[in-house]
Formats: sequence, C-alpha cells, structure tokens
Amino acid sequence: MSETFDKQTRADLFDYLLRLGDDRLILGHRLSEWCGHGPMLEEDIALSNISLDCIGQAISLLKLAGEVEGEGRSEDDLAYFREAIDFRNLMLLEQPNGDFGYTIMRQFLFDVYSFYLYEALQESTFQPLAEIAVKSLKEVRYHLRHSSQWVLRLGDGTEESRQRIQQALDNQWRYVEEMFVLDDIEERLIVENIAADASALQEKWREMVEKIIHQATLQIPGDNIYKTQGSRQGKHSEHLGYLLSEMQILSRSYPDAQW
Amino acid sequence: MEPAQIYEYLKAVKDPEVPAINVVELGVVRDVKCADEGVEIDITPTYTGCPAMKIMEADIRAELTRQGIANITIRTVMFPPWTTDDMSESTRAKLKAVGIAPPEKVREEDLDPLNFQEKKVPCPMCDSANTRLTSQFGSTACKALYYCDACLQPFEHFKCI
Repeated sequence: MSETFDKQTRADLFDYLLRLGDDRLILGHRLSEWCGHGPMLEEDIALSNISLDCIGQAISLLKLAGEVEGEGRSEDDLAYFREAIDFRNLMLLEQPNGDFGYTIMRQFLFDVYSFYLYEALQESTFQPLAEIAVKSLKEVRYHLRHSSQWVLRLGDGTEESRQRIQQALDNQWRYVEEMFVLDDIEERLIVENIAADASALQEKWREMVEKIIHQATLQIPGDNIYKTQGSRQGKHSEHLGYLLSEMQILSRSYPDAQW
Repeated sequence: MEPAQIYEYLKAVKDPEVPAINVVELGVVRDVKCADEGVEIDITPTYTGCPAMKIMEADIRAELTRQGIANITIRTVMFPPWTTDDMSESTRAKLKAVGIAPPEKVREEDLDPLNFQEKKVPCPMCDSANTRLTSQFGSTACKALYYCDACLQPFEHFKCI
C-alpha cells in the first residue's frame, strides 16, 4: 500500500500515524493505572474499558504506521523500542493522573478532540486510516458520553468536587492548544486529503467544550496563559520518560518475550 | 471444500466471553474463501481493544485444524465495522435466555455523544421496564450494566453499536 506514496509523503504519513497512535497508547497506559484504584467499582471498570479501547486503537494505528514506514517494525516494536524523543503524543496525555477529577477532565478535553478528529478522518483518502476512523468513532462516542457526564456531575456537584474539577480544567488548559497547531508535515498531508485539518476543528471543539463546561457551572480559563508546544515534534515533559520506563521495561528486559 | 461447510465448522467456536453464542452469530466472521491451497477467513473486531479477539482467532484455528484443514489464513479487517444491528433474532433470543439484554437497533439519537437520555432496556429476567443504567461499561467491552428495580437483579445489556 505504501509503495504508491513518494518518499516525502511516506515519511510524513508515518509521523502522522505515530501522532494518532501515540496519543491513544499513552492515554491508554495512563488510564490503565486506574485499574484497581478507581473511586468505585463501576468507574474502575469504566476506565479500564476505555483504556482497552485506546490501546486497541493504538494497535491499529501503530501497525499501520509500521506498514507505511516499510522497515518491518511491528506495533509492538514501535510501542516498546522507541525513546521519549521519538514519541509524538500530546503533552496533555502523558501527565500523571492526579485525582479522579483531573483524569476525567483530561479525558473530556481529549474525547471532544478525538470525536471531531475521527469524524473528519472518515473522509481521508488513505483508505486504511479512514476505516480505522469509522470503527474508532463508535467507541469514542461512548467515551465522550461518559467523560462529559462526569464533568457535569462533578462540576455541578459538591463544593469540593466543583473546586477540584475547576482546578483540573485550569491546570490542563495550557496543553489544549497543541491539538490544533499544524506543522509542515500535517499541512502537506492535508493538501493530499490524507490528514484531517485539526486547525479547522478548534471552533467546533471549543463550542462543545464550552457547552458542557458552562452547563457544569464551571468557568473556561482565560487564554492569557502559558501554553505548551512541541510535543508533536518530540519535546515532552519529564513525565513521559517515567511512563515509558514502566511501560517498556518488560519488553526491553526480555526482547521477543511471548505469553 | 465449500465456504458453507467452513461456516458450519465455525459454529462450534463459541464467543469466549459470551459462550451462549458462536463467532458466526456474533458477526465477527466476515468472509470465507476456499482454495486448493487452504482456507482464508476474514474476521472483524467487535471493539478495537477486545482481548477476546486473539482467543477467537486461536479457537477458529484449532477447530478447523481439528476438522482436518491444513492451511488456514486468518486476516483482521476493519471495514465495514462490526455492528450489533446484524445480529439475528435467534441470536438475540439466545442472549436473553442467558440473562443478557440483547441489543436494540442503533437509533439516530445514539449517534449524538451528548445525548444523555437513558435508553429503556427491559429486564431479561422478568421483562419489567422498571430498570436503570448503572454504567455504560461492563465486564466486557461490548456490555453495559443495568439494574432491575422490579426483580432487584443486576443484569448486562449488549451495547448497540
């Protein structure tokens, strides 16, 4: 399939698929840390389910990335044998889980983005990617319904839950801009109708986020704050390294282990 | 060897998480091709991360091997995506018989992620409509948790996707 792309497009597409796959792999790993620690049994199960979906989507996307690259790397090779600087996930997703409210707010901000991104990617001219988008969108609808309902419940809840979820929103607002910033790689792929134009999703994203945030009696933070940048180019926070060391240690200690 | 014969063999392969139905009834078997060299089977995942898919693949391979088929290729296809809408009435009845509320057809409003209207799912045990959702996420990716206020029993509902 990748033979039909020229060298530049293939390199761009490989990087783009890493961005999509790494977002879901890293978030999936963070969510898996809740397994056995959820605030109640139902939420323990819910977060583990969402984690599985994220990792499942990551498998599809990273497998495809490996095929496009054409160097014989599998999804496991890409997940377990790359360094932090080679990861392309958003900085938002590698942050430690914090409290339940922090995890829920991160999930909500990402779910809205993921929902519109997959919706747009259904029209990708790169058929295997469009197919993954159609499939994954069905799962993200459930995730978004879950996270937005929790934002409403915690925001319009007790004084403490409201204060905590507002804090979670304020703390994470610095990371969201990165979702919508395009670089040369994405711009070239947008021209080919392979990538979705993330910058065009920002308005819709903001509209849905504001709708739920206001309904939850919370405040959208001001935009006059420091905003992170560069994670799509591999510039991450220190947290990613610790996450990877835990995620990768088994594969690196016992390469080719089977179980 | 005819594909119809292969489909018959595959009916012996149960869904490892819902053993009341087989992989054909579940709708994950998408295509079967038979040639002199062997058999090619396309399967599609229920959910992208469903851990049972690997087991189903291994079970399909084991069953066909048991039936004397030597060269088996199993491919995973994504499109068209798996949907509970394809589930037959008899399959739905089998789910209900083991206490799992079967999926309804996907409705337009299910596609809106911000539609929080709770779906009314009748209890598979006592048929009461006096039930409520306890969680969208259950013991497996494909099921939600409900509670029946009439017979006071928790039950699972096969999610409609």
